[in-house]
Parts: sequence; structure tokens; C-alpha cells
Amino acid sequence: MISMKNNVKYRIGKSTGFQALTILLACSCVVPLIFILIYILQAGLTKINWHFLTNLPKPVGESGGGIANALLGSIIIILVASVIAIPFGILCGIYLSENRKSRLAYWSRLCVDILQGVPSIVIGIVAYFWLVKPLGGFSAISGSVALAIMMLPIIIRSTEETLKLLPDSLREAGFALGLPFHRVVLKVIVPCGISGILSGVMLSVARIAGETAPLLFTAFGNPYMSFNLLKPMQSLPLLIFNYATSPYNDWHDLAWGASCILLIWVLALNIFTKLMTRKWKVQL
Amino acid sequence: MESTIVKSVDYNAYFGDNHVVKNVNIDIPRNNVIAVMGPSGCGKTTFLRGINRMHELIPGATAKGKIMLNAEDVMEMHPIFVRLKIGMVFQRPNPFPNLSIYDNVIAGYKLNGIKLPKAEKDRIVEHSLTRVALWKEVKDSLTKKGSFLSGGQQQRLCIARAVAMEPEVLLFDEPTSALDPISTSTVEELFHELKKNYTLIIVTHNMQQAARVSDKTAFFYMGELVEYDETKQMFTNPKDTRTQNYITGRFS
Amino acid sequence: MKSSVDTNLATRPSESGRVVSLKTPDTVSSTKRIKRSFRQIRAENVFRRTLIIVALAMVALVLGIMLTLIFQSTLSIKSSGLGYLWGKTWDPVRDIFGAYPFILGTLLTSFLALAISIPFSFAVAVFLGEYYPQGWFPNLLKNTVELIAAVPSVIYGFWGLAVLVPIVRSFETKIGVEPVGLGIFTSAIILAIMVIPYAASLGRSMIHMVPSNLKEAAYSLGATRWEVIRSVIFPYTKSGLFAGVLLSLGRALGETMAVTMVIGNTSLIPKSIFAPGNTMASVIANEFTEADHPVYLSALIELGLVLFLVTVVINMVGKRLVGKFTNE
Ligand SMILES: Nc1ncnc2c1ncn2[C@@H]1O[C@H](COP(=O)(O)OP(=O)(O)O)[C@@H](O)[C@H]1O
Ligand SMILES: [Mg+2]
Repeated sequence: MISMKNNVKYRIGKSTGFQALTILLACSCVVPLIFILIYILQAGLTKINWHFLTNLPKPVGESGGGIANALLGSIIIILVASVIAIPFGILCGIYLSENRKSRLAYWSRLCVDILQGVPSIVIGIVAYFWLVKPLGGFSAISGSVALAIMMLPIIIRSTEETLKLLPDSLREAGFALGLPFHRVVLKVIVPCGISGILSGVMLSVARIAGETAPLLFTAFGNPYMSFNLLKPMQSLPLLIFNYATSPYNDWHDLAWGASCILLIWVLALNIFTKLMTRKWKVQL
Repeated sequence: MESTIVKSVDYNAYFGDNHVVKNVNIDIPRNNVIAVMGPSGCGKTTFLRGINRMHELIPGATAKGKIMLNAEDVMEMHPIFVRLKIGMVFQRPNPFPNLSIYDNVIAGYKLNGIKLPKAEKDRIVEHSLTRVALWKEVKDSLTKKGSFLSGGQQQRLCIARAVAMEPEVLLFDEPTSALDPISTSTVEELFHELKKNYTLIIVTHNMQQAARVSDKTAFFYMGELVEYDETKQMFTNPKDTRTQNYITGRFS
Repeated sequence: MKSSVDTNLATRPSESGRVVSLKTPDTVSSTKRIKRSFRQIRAENVFRRTLIIVALAMVALVLGIMLTLIFQSTLSIKSSGLGYLWGKTWDPVRDIFGAYPFILGTLLTSFLALAISIPFSFAVAVFLGEYYPQGWFPNLLKNTVELIAAVPSVIYGFWGLAVLVPIVRSFETKIGVEPVGLGIFTSAIILAIMVIPYAASLGRSMIHMVPSNLKEAAYSLGATRWEVIRSVIFPYTKSGLFAGVLLSLGRALGETMAVTMVIGNTSLIPKSIFAPGNTMASVIANEFTEADHPVYLSALIELGLVLFLVTVVINMVGKRLVGKFTNE
């Protein structure tokens, strides 16, 4: 009887111990993130000012300079990528949710799954052969295409998952009013699932905003301001990579400032998405 | 003199190989309320959805035979035209959750991209809502979302939505089975009103309801139309033993 | 204003080709609306076809990626053959291309990263899935852990370079290995941080799905919390947790920038986990634009092909496991 009691005490102790360990480990996961945040804000925030945002980087040896070209380049590349990926992704998501069991849906879904796991550097290689070589040189548009490919699985998945959850009665209500298929989809189903679709779109933008690897051999980077989609273009992640791995302190400073902006941009987009999805949600 | 508005000729419906509605021939007179009765799973819903070509929306579902609307075969019309002429109300109220009450009523126009002058829209909304005895209750909250209404109000909103399109026939699939008794009686009262302008086909497995609201009753059993007659006749003196058994509650 | 006027002309389907008009429309507006309705039907068909084309394009895209990789690496496959995979030397100057150093580097960094991250991601999964499924703090933790995946990898790389490398260097001095700072070990730490969210969030949702009657059965027999976790939850979610680890692994194998920045970039076979090296992804990132002759470029692409195939297989297996689990 006594040994039994001891045994129970031991087991309870063990259980409590594991609980404590779990809590400790779980909470310590966020420590690196917090360190990184603090470090980058510290190193970067002081570098950010109007001059920094509106000027081009200075050559080696001169201090000062800014990241205007990278900032604008990033925005242009992302905009073009979004223009390509958003309609395509949403339409594909609609196909998958409207044709759940068709053979094409099966293969298409499989391809989305595959694409989701493809390393970004591989997408870069492919974009190189599809656009950079035929066009005869690095170009912003090839970078946009590479990023668009990376956006697709996120948009498609979230669109499909969102629309699948909508009740069938909604579509039937539309059809019963004599709506043609495209109006049922575009005027009833998509508006009712808009929060999920938008959140997928915004998360995909957040994801590619920081992508560097697919741009290495496509947009390539450019120390000057460029608005030509057929010419190399700078982007924030490329600038960070190039300047961070350079041996010059001035350039490191630029890279810290750029990192800070990129980080705030990406995290803000993520947090904003989380908050807005709830707000935009259509109450069924 | 009653004229036929809907008439099915050797109508058959299938889910894949599953033969669900078998050789149904029925004549539905204009401005009548027709109750469709039968045990669960006997193909009532399937038949009803065949009338406005909703059946074929389900993957693998097919149909054979004719459904005549006036002089035209529904099966040869484009479904969009069919559904503009034959409205439908579902078992569970399904207002569009992203639209206001006002927009829900004119959803058939709005979502179809049919532009109407504001005054005309107002007229349709008021008229339709009055028709379904909802106008007084919601006239001050037309901009609210339809999903905020109670179940019974939502169902009446859905009826108003169908009525707004001025169809010739209205199909109801167990329209009150998801409603409380009070809402049910409100909706039942509507049927008497609506039948002045429309022909109503109502699926119900509530015998009292069929007896209360309908002029004629069709009894389905295992996919077949077993008996079709004046409601009074059917309930007092059914000809088929299966109808008799059903009415006296001898099977369920 | 009866909308049914619309339909009087349009009584026959387009495929039958016969249009039988029963009534003549009496107003201009109704003629217009009939035309509209026919336009709608055409638009409907166009829309359906567009959807199919888009879905086909998705398949074509992935096939295209695969074929491009295969086609572009044929030169290397022909010249190095299968020996490519275990060739120990990578020397572009002498045209010798052996991928073994990079394959080893990839495996070392990825599995080391997994080993470091698994306790953490499982702890998060259990914490959020079992101990504290609700409340503001668990919610905060969940969202914060998800943010880990949102931080761009180039930022991890930069931070690693600036903060982690000096720390590792002094650690290496202490334990008496050559203090480089850059290397497999540093990369593995960065990767470990980066892949925590993948196994954690999948594991959390799996643990959520454990039927409570199973857990209650064990509790009613006098099991402690830990015993329920070990003997009910873990066995039940085994395949789901494994799938989460696979997803993490897939991410780790393909991760490029952070690793490229802190691994030291050498084509030599790493002698220990503290030595510098290269992964498949990092060598592509470093050398692709420098590859000055076709075989060299093709050899790099073959690395990409291998990476592609490996991650595809891992992700597919992971997805299958999750699918099976959620269907049961
Ligand atoms: N979506 C469906 N897919 C396959 N079979 C169905 C579907 N809906 C109904 N059925 C089959 O058709 C038969 C008739 O169903 P239904 O018309 O809904 O019956 P009721 O409305 O009279 O209860 C049922 O036995 C059912 O098995
Ligand atoms: Mg039914």
C-alpha cells in the first residue's frame, strides 16, 4: 500500500516535471524571434530616415546613401507578380472547389501540392531558363514570374479551402434565381469567401516580399534606379544579401536599415492579415 | 376552367445508376397548391429539383423524359431561363449572407446584372416583402444583413426573393421543416395568398400541412407517383393501399 | 416588368440549333434583355472553359518545371553519369563534378537542424494542443510561433552572420576546434529556428483531433497527464507528428539564403559538424551566375533536379500521412 502511494507520488511528480519542461521549451521557441526582432530594430531603426528612403546607395567608401532603388524595385516586382498570380491563383482555386472529384482537379491539386514544396532556388533556375535566357539578360519581369509561381500554391490553397467550406445551399440559392454559373461563382461564392481568399493573397505577398533566392538569377539586382521591367532591378532582399555579405561597414548599415524595413513590412502584413480576416469574414 | 401549367411526361431521374424517380406523369393546374408527399428518401426532392433543372447540378445526376412548362419542354430550355420562370425555396432558409435584406430581395436582378431604376427596385422590394408579410417587420432595417433575421423571417425573405422575380411557378422543398410552429403557420398562410398569382408545388412530409394548404396531393413511394388526386379525396378515400398505409401511419 | 418575358424567345438550347419563338417581344427593352441572357450563357461557357484552362495550366506549369530541370541537366547526367551523386570532388576548373560534398552538407545541416528543433516544436504542439488549447497566452504563443516562419530567410542569414557566428566562434575556441564561426553547425542552428513552426503547427492540429473519450478512458484508469500524452496522444498522432517533421525537413533541405550566408561556402567535404561546407541549395545560389561553361551550369541544375525530386517525395509522403490521418 505504501509503495503504491509512493509510486503515485512519483508518477504525479514526473507528470508535473514534463509539464514544466514542455512549457519551458515551448516558450523558449519565441526567444530567438524576439532576439532577432530587437537586434534588427536596434541596428536598423537608427539608420532609417527620409534620406535613407529616398536616396540611392553610395559607392564603397562614402557613407550615407539610401535604398530607394531597392524599395521601389521590390514594390514593382511584387506588384507585377501579384498581377500575374492573383487572378490565376483564384481561378484555379475556384476550379478545384467547384470540381472536387474530377480527374483534372486531382492532378491539378497534386501539382499545387508539389509546387508548394519546391525550394525557391529551383524556381529561380526555372525562371532563368524560361525568361532570362530567351530575353537575353536578367530582368525584373523574370523575377516577378518566379515570385508569382511561388505565390500560386498559397493563393490556390486558401481559395479552395475557403470556398469548400461554404455551404452548398448558397450556390443553390444562386442557381435557383437563374444566375449563370459565372455569376454564381463571382457574385455569390467569391464574395462570401472573400476573407479567406484575401488572407491567402496577403500571406502570399508577405511570403514573397522577403524571397531572395528566386531573384538571384532573375531580377539580379541593380545599384541604380530602374523602372524598366526588361532590365535588372534591385529589391530589398537582394540588397540585404549583397550588402550583408560585403566586407564594408557602410554597406552593412544600409543592409540593417533595409532589413528593418523588410521585417516590419512582412510582419505587419502577417499581423494585419490575421486581424482583418476575422473582420472581413462574412457571417454565414 | 383550370389550365395545366406544368406537366411531366415519363420523367425519370438518376443519381449515377441509382434510379430515384421512376416514370412520373403528372399534370399540375395553374394557380393551385400541390403537395408532394411520401416517406423519406422516396424521391420527392429529386423530382422537385428536376422541375427547375436543379437536379443536374449534382455531379453524376441525370434525367430523362419531359417536363412541360406551358408548351415548352423544360429539358430542352437553357436552365437559366427555366429557373427565371420557376422559382425555388429550400428546406433551410438560405439568404445571401453578404447581402442586406433589401439586396436579398432583388438578388435575382442585382446578381444577374440587370440594372433597374431605384424607384423600380424600391417598388419590387416593398411589393415582394409585403407579399410574404415581412414588410412591416423589416421595413426599418432593410440595410441589415439578411442573416440577422430569425429562421422564419429568413425563410419568408427567401420566398420574397423568389417572388421578386415574378416567376410562374414556385417550388418549395419542405419549407417549414426547419422552422418553429409559429413561423410555420405564418408561412402556411402565405401559401393561400401566393396561390392567387403563382402555382405552388410544395414538398412536405407533414400530412397535416398537406391537408391544410394544398388543393391537390401527389403521393410518391419508392420513386413512383403512386397516387395523385384532390387533397380531400386523397385523405378521405385513398385508392392505393400504399397511400392508405402511409396516411394511416402504418409505415414510416 | 415580368422577367419571364426574357425567356419567351430563348426556348431552345444552343446546341439543338433551333430557335422557336413563341411570342414576339413587345418592347425594345425586352429584346435587349433577351440578348443579354444569351450573352450570359456565352459568358458562362467562356468562364467554365477559362477555369479548365487555368487548371490545365497549373499541371503544365509543374510538368514544365520538372522537364526544364531534366532537360537542362542532361548534359551533366551524360558526362558524369550516376557517379555524380557520390563523386567526392567538385572542381569546375578541371571539369570534375561530384555532388557528394553538397549532399552530405545538406543532410548534415538538415538532420542536425531537425534534431535541435524537434523537442521545441513538439513542446509547442503539446503545449497548444493539449495543455493550454485556449486563452490569450496560448493564442499569443501560437501566433508568435507562426511569425517565425514569416521572417524572411535573408534576415535570418544576416542576423546569423552578425550575432550567431561570433557566438559559435567563441564556443569553438572553448571546445578547441578551429574557430571559423561559419559552418554546418551554425547553419543547423539557424535552420532549426526556422523550421520549428512547420512541425509545431501541424502537430498542434493533430493533437487537437485526438478524441477526448480516448483520453478520458485513460484518465479514468488513473493515468497522469504525462502518461496520457505518452500512451494515448503520441501513439494516436504518431503519423501526424511524423508528417510535421517531414514538412520541417522539406523546408530545411531547400532553404537557401540563410544557409548560404553562414555555411562558409566551400566545396570540400566537411570534416566535422563545425567545419564549413555547402548545401545543394547554397552552391546553386553561389555559383549559378558564375558558371561559365555548359557542363558546369548543367551540373548545378542537376543539383536543383535532385533537390526538387527529394523535396517533392518528402512533401508528398508528408501530405499523404496527413491526409490519411485526417480521413480516419
Ligand atoms: N446527392 C445525392 N447523391 C446521390 N444520391 C442521392 C443524392 N440525394 C438523394 N439521393 C438518393 O436519392 C433518393 C431520393 O432522395 P430525395 O429525393 O432527397 O428523397 P426525399 O426528398 O423524398 O426524402 C434517396 O434514396 C437518396 O439515396
Ligand atoms: Mg427531401
